[in-house]
Amino acid sequence: MNFDLTADQEALRDGIRSRCVSRFPMKRVRDGFDRSVWDELGEAGVFSLRADGFGLADAAIAFEELGRALVPGPLVWGHLAAGRAGGITGGIDVVADGPVIVEHLDAIDALAVIDAEGVRLVPAAVIAGAEPAARPLDPLTPVHRVGRLPDGDRIGGIDLLTQWRLEGAVLIGAFLVGIARACTDLSVAYAQERRQFDRPIGSFQAVKHILADMAVRTEVARASVHAAACTVDDPQMEVTRAVSGAKLLAGDAAVTNGLAATQVHGGMGFTWEVDVHLYLKRAWLLGTAFGTSGAHADTVADCLPAKGDTP
Amino acid sequence: MDLKYSESDEAFRSELRAWLARALPELPAHPGREDWKARRRFDTDWQRRLFDAGYAGLSWPREYGGRDASPSEQLVFLEETTAARAPNVGVNFVGLLHAGPTLMTEGTDEQKARHLPAILRGDEVWCQGFSEPAAGSDLAALRTRAVRDGDDYVVTGQKIWCSFGQVGDFGELLVRTDPDAPKHRGISWLILPMDLPGIEVRPIETVLGSSEFSEVFLDEVRVPVANRVGAENDGWRVTQVTFSFERGTAFVSEMVEARRLLDDLAALTADQVDRRELGHIAAELDALWALTKRNVSQAARTGSPGDGALMIKLAYSETRARLGELSLRVLGRAGLDLDAPEVGEMVEERLRTLSLTIAAGTSQIQRNIISERLLGLPREPMMTL
Ligand SMILES: Cc1cc2nc3c(=O)[nH]c(=O)nc-3n(C[C@H](O)[C@H](O)[C@H](O)COP(=O)(O)OP(=O)(O)OC[C@H]3O[C@@H](n4cnc5c(N)ncnc54)[C@H](O)[C@@H]3O)c2cc1C
Repeated sequence: MNFDLTADQEALRDGIRSRCVSRFPMKRVRDGFDRSVWDELGEAGVFSLRADGFGLADAAIAFEELGRALVPGPLVWGHLAAGRAGGITGGIDVVADGPVIVEHLDAIDALAVIDAEGVRLVPAAVIAGAEPAARPLDPLTPVHRVGRLPDGDRIGGIDLLTQWRLEGAVLIGAFLVGIARACTDLSVAYAQERRQFDRPIGSFQAVKHILADMAVRTEVARASVHAAACTVDDPQMEVTRAVSGAKLLAGDAAVTNGLAATQVHGGMGFTWEVDVHLYLKRAWLLGTAFGTSGAHADTVADCLPAKGDTP
Repeated sequence: MDLKYSESDEAFRSELRAWLARALPELPAHPGREDWKARRRFDTDWQRRLFDAGYAGLSWPREYGGRDASPSEQLVFLEETTAARAPNVGVNFVGLLHAGPTLMTEGTDEQKARHLPAILRGDEVWCQGFSEPAAGSDLAALRTRAVRDGDDYVVTGQKIWCSFGQVGDFGELLVRTDPDAPKHRGISWLILPMDLPGIEVRPIETVLGSSEFSEVFLDEVRVPVANRVGAENDGWRVTQVTFSFERGTAFVSEMVEARRLLDDLAALTADQVDRRELGHIAAELDALWALTKRNVSQAARTGSPGDGALMIKLAYSETRARLGELSLRVLGRAGLDLDAPEVGEMVEERLRTLSLTIAAGTSQIQRNIISERLLGLPREPMMTL
């Protein structure tokens, strides 16, 4: 047991981080997702990490950095579908029949659809009657309303479905930890710089305590995501419990920190100009992907003794 | 980054499991809360059994009677003893989990030789005399005076909230040795033999209805200068060392126990809303256990457990408070009786949990520390924590 990052993992983290800082500054991120983003991440090996011999834990480390930089796009889907689909692949986890909200439809070549029986791949070109939302909640994630998804080609059954749900939840969780972290960093910086009553607002306890809680929440969620990733890589623990716990804590940390960051920024926090709302909106969006907090909490609870069991 | 225990960890686990299966049935019944003599006997007897079997002071070096075990073996020990419902440290808490480690880091060779093996064997029980009526969160405001007289300090003052004061043989005592220095620079850390003339211990009744801590009155108590740990007036620094253990590592055994309580509560819970909250709490406790593994792994590599250790106490005590509240909600009217069969322990735990966000530095103080030391935010004016 050594739950510390290895030297290789630190190097991977630092490599992705510096690439994000140089290639994906907020100015570019605000332009949204396009093929250049996809190609650049592909060159950086983000989608092919697993094929290149890295584990899910390594991928989680990379995705946390992408989340911290708020890089837009169907990145987790691209990672999951690597080697199974060519071109830009988006995705959706469809729980029931009926109209669905599809992300990045104009930018993708194919849509991976998780349904009750497995995974199928639908070429974007055959998706008809899609209506774009003029004002998507997350401005960096355009969405379309689609009445009915065509069948496409089945690329895997229950095994693939199970694997993708677990890995998708972990990687989205990692991205959300990155968001939680970025919200903390933005707020700490602002609290040091903004002055009221002749002192930095970061010297007021009412502000400091919010920031301390943000930092703790992030650290706890990160430990949970890393534990889940390690568990999937080497399933000696209960995989579902670890993964659901991770998605749950990461999702809550990202949203709660996004809300806290808005508060700490005062009126600035309510402006389009400050980046906080972009993080918060992505956190809300990703909260709906690969299982909601409530569903994951129920899954964890199902792993606990039931009423009447002898624990 | 991996969570897999090694073969030798697993070998340690099965050896320990087998020992527990033999040792636990031989234990006498746990004494009542208010019978402190019996509580001391029970807890120190258990400590002695651990010692004789080679399981005392897992993390301590061999020269003090410890096992020098790997960090992962220490975690395995906690997992197994909790799963088997073995007794917890009880009255050995202060000695084993923070006084001993402080002496190991800061004590003289004589102090270590005198106390460390005795703590491990269960021969010595320790308590902590830090807080005073006017010095709680602002601990450095403490007033208990120590005046040098030959080879002794003559100590006069009052301590409060002293856990295990009724049964302690020695206390971690903070005194003011320089009344003229700024408040953090005039403090010294002493080993207080609790049987010295001039010490009076008065138990305080707690919300549990039992006396879990005491007031300690010191009237011209002569403490040998040789009992000082660290330099004179350097006691605030030594105190931070004590806190690093008390707030960092001492909470770990609590945490595994909380996971057991959570399972017990789950076995009583049918309501979907309550079960969902249980799922939340379970995820948090799992994550804190993972964070502990991270801290332990980092400490093994760098010598310091890193940022996570500062956060554990705050996160754990807040999560634990939610578990406590949920337990009463689930028990409903069955929880109105502290002696109810099966569930009485849970109600008592709910009451005890009220102290976790207060003891060893309140949650507010932990947040101040995290925001100042970790996040680099400006200090509160006029405050040093
Ligand atoms: C069960 C239990 C066991 C204990 N055992 C021991 C022991 O063995 N030895 C020992 O020495 N002590 C012990 N303590 C004492 C404990 O360390 C103190 O109770 C604690 O540090 C708080 O001090 P206080 O009680 O004086 O509260 P106060 O400091 O008076 O705090 C009251 C409230 O004010 C808040 N507050 C105070 N200052 C600030 C600030 N600067 N910013 C924000 N909020 C603030 C606190 O958070 C708290 O909510 C124990 C306490 C408990 C409950």
